Amino acid sequence: MSAGPVPASRSFPKRLIQGDQVAHVITFVAAASILLIATLLVIILWDNSALPRAKFGLSFFTGRDWDPVNEIFGAAPFVYGTLVTSALSLVIGVPLGLGAAIFLAELAPAKISDALTFVIELLAAVPSVIYGLLGIFVVVPFVRTTLAPPLMHTLGAVPEIGFLFKGPCYGVSFLAAGLVLAIMIVPFIVSVSREVLLAVPTDQREAALALGSTRWESTWKVVVPFALPGVLGSVFLAMARALGETMAVTMVVGNVPEIRTSLLAPGYSIAAVIANEFTEATGDMYVQSLIELGLVLFLVTFILNGLARLLILFTSRRGGAA
Amino acid sequence: MSGWAGAGHRRFRKVISYAWLGATALCALLVVGVLFFILGSLVWKGGSDIDLNFFTQLPKPVGETGGGMANAIVGSIKLLFLASLVGIPIGVVGGIYMAEFGGRLSAFIIQYTADLLNGVPSIVIGLFTYSLIVIRMKHFSTLAGGFALGVMMIPITLRSTEQFLRSVPVTLREGAMALGASKWRTIVSVVVPAAYRGILTAILLALARVAGETAPLLFTALNNRYWSPGWNQPTASLPVMVFTYGISPYDDWQRQAWAAGLVLLGMVLLTNIIARAVLSRGISAPR
Repeated sequence: MSAGPVPASRSFPKRLIQGDQVAHVITFVAAASILLIATLLVIILWDNSALPRAKFGLSFFTGRDWDPVNEIFGAAPFVYGTLVTSALSLVIGVPLGLGAAIFLAELAPAKISDALTFVIELLAAVPSVIYGLLGIFVVVPFVRTTLAPPLMHTLGAVPEIGFLFKGPCYGVSFLAAGLVLAIMIVPFIVSVSREVLLAVPTDQREAALALGSTRWESTWKVVVPFALPGVLGSVFLAMARALGETMAVTMVVGNVPEIRTSLLAPGYSIAAVIANEFTEATGDMYVQSLIELGLVLFLVTFILNGLARLLILFTSRRGGAA
Repeated sequence: MSGWAGAGHRRFRKVISYAWLGATALCALLVVGVLFFILGSLVWKGGSDIDLNFFTQLPKPVGETGGGMANAIVGSIKLLFLASLVGIPIGVVGGIYMAEFGGRLSAFIIQYTADLLNGVPSIVIGLFTYSLIVIRMKHFSTLAGGFALGVMMIPITLRSTEQFLRSVPVTLREGAMALGASKWRTIVSVVVPAAYRGILTAILLALARVAGETAPLLFTALNNRYWSPGWNQPTASLPVMVFTYGISPYDDWQRQAWAAGLVLLGMVLLTNIIARAVLSRGISAPR
């Protein structure tokens, strides 16, 4: 407690002794470590994936053969699997999440809404390996015995979309992975969407109701469009999660490096192939090919997250300003 | 006549309205139900396999029943300890910069990057750590695994520390300054103590988050069927055990995977509930 009265204009050495400048520098170094990590990530992944970039170039992503023995690496099956499982999870997860968010933000009494939101946030805290465990022992058998047969017989017979539901189905499949991913991303969609919906000014709702619209019409035609950029942001956020999710997908997707159009067929994903093969990869070309896949995953999720944050920021600012 | 049609149409619109609103309620119920389903399945399938052996014994070889995961539990604790050493100091001190020293632009850039890092797939952090540490040390180790988890903790801790510090009223700072304390003095003796409960819970939440991470450990800490003395050898950890035992073809291993999953989920959920309960009773949580 030796600080004592401080004169209004302190000289630099004095401030230095009192620690303000030192503290400023030290805390800045800690905060800047974030930038350092981000930069190092890019540099290290880039440096360690030079071999496949030089040998395959862009055909790395279009090649369909993944043949470590002959050192031929084409990542198309993994890219395809990642896109299919993520898209599937969005198709299932977005309506579900948006619906739940609308209920929590617009309908439920504050206490119930808070309680349910608490539970949904807990859901977001469940480790992904637990989702994978349930995926193997609950979702996969469910898909095999209950979900796939009727899908094959009904939708599988429709000419235009039948190719999506061709059997046989062993359970491990794009569909199983999409289902598990959908459950995993819903909490993110709900919590962010609820927040941006709550940020919509009340007079927007009142105006719609005063013009004679029903509760649903005011919600769907006024509130949701107002919050749309933020909702879209939550979808991007969820998509980034789905693209990069490793454990749960690895455990249910089947791990077959082939491109099949049927959603009931097994496949592979970028994150899953890294998880499965990295420790066993021999030879620089093999290891670096997997690292290049990691780099792609990093860049794609980085950009998606960046867009998502901007959209959410934009929406909550607009809600606050209006 | 138009009045009649109007009334009918109005009733129709109301029915539609209720139908959709009911559907959103169903969505919410479904999502909430998933958590209870997960919890219920784990308790049902794993609950009976948790006994004293689970916490005190080493894993048994295939074919022999019984055994436990003592080494994985200790491994997880060691990994979290290392992660704390990396993540907490850097995160908290960085958070102080963001809330107290940072200019608008520098704070924004770091904030934004931290949020983006937080969204990076954890397996990429594993690749990063592998290239940075494992290749140089030439072997998998507890150290590398702890570092990977620590790197994941930094942005989480930094962002929440920043938010809690920002929620401390300016008047407190002004009071301290008016009494002649330097800025640093103010932060250490007034601002941080005012927010310490929030910061502590934020650290707990960050720990709970990385405790369940599997992907970054797969090729940093690897796995181990025995005790891992010191910090330089591969180590087992609960999440990796859930994974390897879960995908194994042996009944006994699968049952142990459920048990390990239950222990892991129990710890993670309990930490979350406690942390959030503390938060809601003390200072309001900034979001």
